[in-house]
Amino acid sequence: MELYDWLLALHVLAAFSLVAALVLYSIVIVVSRSLTVPSDVSRSFRMTRVGDVAIAVGSLGTLILGIWLAIDSPDYQVWDGWVIAALVLWLLSMETGRRTGEFYNAVRDRARALVAEGRDAPDSELAGKLRSNTGLLSHAATVVLILALLVVMIYKPGA
Amino acid sequence: MSVLAAIRPDDWNFPLLVHVLGAALLVGALLTAVAALFLAWRRQRNADAAFFGRLAFRSLLFVAFPSWWIMRIGAEWIYSREGLDDLPEDPDWLGIGYITAEGGGLLLLVSIILAGLGARRLARSGGETSTLLRVTTVLVTIVLVAYVVAVWAMSGKPD
Repeated sequence: MELYDWLLALHVLAAFSLVAALVLYSIVIVVSRSLTVPSDVSRSFRMTRVGDVAIAVGSLGTLILGIWLAIDSPDYQVWDGWVIAALVLWLLSMETGRRTGEFYNAVRDRARALVAEGRDAPDSELAGKLRSNTGLLSHAATVVLILALLVVMIYKPGA
Repeated sequence: MSVLAAIRPDDWNFPLLVHVLGAALLVGALLTAVAALFLAWRRQRNADAAFFGRLAFRSLLFVAFPSWWIMRIGAEWIYSREGLDDLPEDPDWLGIGYITAEGGGLLLLVSIILAGLGARRLARSGGETSTLLRVTTVLVTIVLVAYVVAVWAMSGKPD
């Protein structure tokens, strides 16, 4: 395998890591929507530690290795339209992902605080946040942007 | 150059997208299941072990299993579209892909059954852990590692 092949393989693995994290977060979000007890919510969100590692590896890996690939390849350049479109989609997905993380981390921290205070009865405020559309829509936007990114990477429009 | 990076005929793109998307969702579901199964393994309280066992089972049944079919159907589609079935002998990377897809699919099926039985037994017995879930943890981890190797082989094409 040459350098290019290694870069491509690692770039694709990073993309898989990114999508894997989104799948994990999606499952946790869906499962948590039916929870009301703070300790249950706190337990459910323990899963997201794995997703946090996967999303960090995936987002940085796809960006760095993707740019490196574009520089290394004679067939396309960093300033090609589809590469720029992919970069824009990546940036937008990072922002929506950051907002999603901010929302659900606050919910998780609230659940942990309630457990620490010994108030582990069903909490309507916590349940309301988990069932609200704020975090869900932000997460859905991230999923759509990453899906669009995948489509751009495969179809390479304009190339 | 790999088909993932190449500028390829337009009619190859959709089958490739189906294959890659199915594979990425499959890896995500397996990662979620592995994370939940390891948490179920470590937990001391029955409620925790039962929760994570059930979560792993549902991730495998409702996400990994359909994703395996999407990946597999996409694989056959792109295989025939690229004319790889006309080659006198399959290249190594394709062999790795076939072996991991078929073998991993079988292990996935066994894992779903064991995880379902393990989670059910745990919920009924009130025990702290389940041997069936621990066996599932090992099996699903093997499948996940195999698919990561397959992603590397399919994208880097080490021939």
